[in-house]
Amino acid sequence: MHKTLFAAACAAALAGCAGTSPSGGGSDAAVRAKAVDVMKASFKERGIAKLDRLIQDETQALCSQYATTAPPKDVAARIEKANMALIKPPADGQYLGDWKRGEQVAQRGTGFQYSDTEKTPVGGNCYACHQLSKQEISYGTIGPSLYNFGKLRGFTPEMQKYAWGKVYNAHAYAACSNMPRFGAQGILSEQQLKDVVALLMDPKSPVNQ
Amino acid sequence: MRTRALYAGLLAAAGIVAAPQAAAQDAVKEIEKYREALQDGNPAELWEARGEDLWKRPAGPRKVSLEKCDLGLGPGVVKGAYAQLPRYFADADRVMDLETRLVHCRMTLQGLTREEATKQPFGAGTDRKSDNDALVAYVTAESKGVKMNVPLAHPKEKEMYALGEKMFYFRGGPYDFSCATCHAADNTRIRLQDLPNLTKPAGAQLAYTGWPAYRVSQGELRTFQWRLNDCFRQQRFPELAFTSDASIALTSFLARNANGAEFKAPTIKR
Ligand code: HEC
Ligand code: HEC
Repeated sequence: MHKTLFAAACAAALAGCAGTSPSGGGSDAAVRAKAVDVMKASFKERGIAKLDRLIQDETQALCSQYATTAPPKDVAARIEKANMALIKPPADGQYLGDWKRGEQVAQRGTGFQYSDTEKTPVGGNCYACHQLSKQEISYGTIGPSLYNFGKLRGFTPEMQKYAWGKVYNAHAYAACSNMPRFGAQGILSEQQLKDVVALLMDPKSPVNQ
Repeated sequence: MRTRALYAGLLAAAGIVAAPQAAAQDAVKEIEKYREALQDGNPAELWEARGEDLWKRPAGPRKVSLEKCDLGLGPGVVKGAYAQLPRYFADADRVMDLETRLVHCRMTLQGLTREEATKQPFGAGTDRKSDNDALVAYVTAESKGVKMNVPLAHPKEKEMYALGEKMFYFRGGPYDFSCATCHAADNTRIRLQDLPNLTKPAGAQLAYTGWPAYRVSQGELRTFQWRLNDCFRQQRFPELAFTSDASIALTSFLARNANGAEFKAPTIKR
């Protein structure tokens, strides 16, 4: 399964696959393929974390391949297009939920770890990487500050749609983003997505005070 | 100055909780625990002493000690050995990190089965102590003050390093994370916890030479292998198997990148 994916990744970017690794023998693609095989033999499923988590989709494979260089323009465009196609708008067309619940989703860091169960509430953990409200001083800096996001960008329908799409699938707008694809990967529910979009885009949200 | 850094570190440690008020309370608690722990020196010494005893005392079906175990610098040489691991061992025709080598010695010298030699890789409270933790504490302490000097000469060492590098950048799982998501940029943090940039010598050196560590918040000595496992948990991956090739490869990559720095562990961390 993964072999095909890698072949696809190589076909997409011959240059990257022909290069040789600076430290090891063999072509870069061969080392990468072997690393995948070794990983598959080195992990054990535990609780909800099964071994299929080591099977990469095309986006993951390409973003691993170009992790140190950033993908070439054509590859980036392909990744963005494929991920854009995965974005589903909310069924009722309403992008904004309840920012108060959105704040809870942004605070919560659990979900999908082998120390969690299927019943563990899943969060978006936005504060791990972003500043959001002024009140929360314990925020990370892997992503940009989102303080005053709606106020600065405008409370327009277009921005609501962008915020939805961005949280749904960050790669649609920035290939190989470090941000999880909360909608496309099924991490957050449609309601939770609406709630965090409200956190960003509701004029009453603490993010916009 | 030192106190300030310490304070900042502890505040950072407590920052994982939601409300700032709760964070402040937690931080005070953490600082108290930290002070208590420091009063009698680093509790890691308890693990080191137990490890030295395990190393020297005859054990296993063959009733021999581990004193003939070759950690890379010759049979029985412990001083400075950890600073040159992982490395290739001709007798096993494999690159091994410390844990893998200890398992090898306990099997080949003492006659333990693999199952016996690999059970309880990490401690879990006083009734579930880990021999591995203790042995690792003892051996690593014997490299305190020694410069990291991990070899990259044998083809298999080169291969392990190259594989570890690829694994570092391997994105997968429901969150698309790799090690690089959290450890490939300067001056970033998750919540308030500073993240080392492990792709640069300074970051790799600082991070690698500080493990194992006595974790005050857990009351346990935690090994570098434990650190890898816990990061993979946060990465939403399945469980990294103890002494597996991926574990050795990643350790090779990070240990080699720490070359030139003085080894400092076992340390004490929040
Ligand atoms: C692991 C880190 C991480 C997490 C967790 C994360 N993000 Fe991000 N986010 C980023 C990074 C990095 C960027 C910048 C790169 C990009 O645009 O994709 C970003 C960008 C964004 C942007 C675009 C900002 C702009 O200027 O257009 C929005 C909106 C956003 N994140 C919202 C969220 C929300 C809401 C959550 C939680 C549900 C979240 N993020 C969780 C890392 C993260
Ligand atoms: C989702 C985020 C995340 C991912 C992915 C991640 N880590 Fe970490 N890592 C952290 C955090 C947070 C800390 C700091 C923990 C602390 O201070 O207690 C840390 C600490 C470390 C440290 C110790 C640093 C020190 O100075 O004590 C090492 C080494 C490390 N990580 C290696 C890795 C490796 C190797 C991988 C990939 C297998 C990885 N991490 C993946 C978040 C992550």
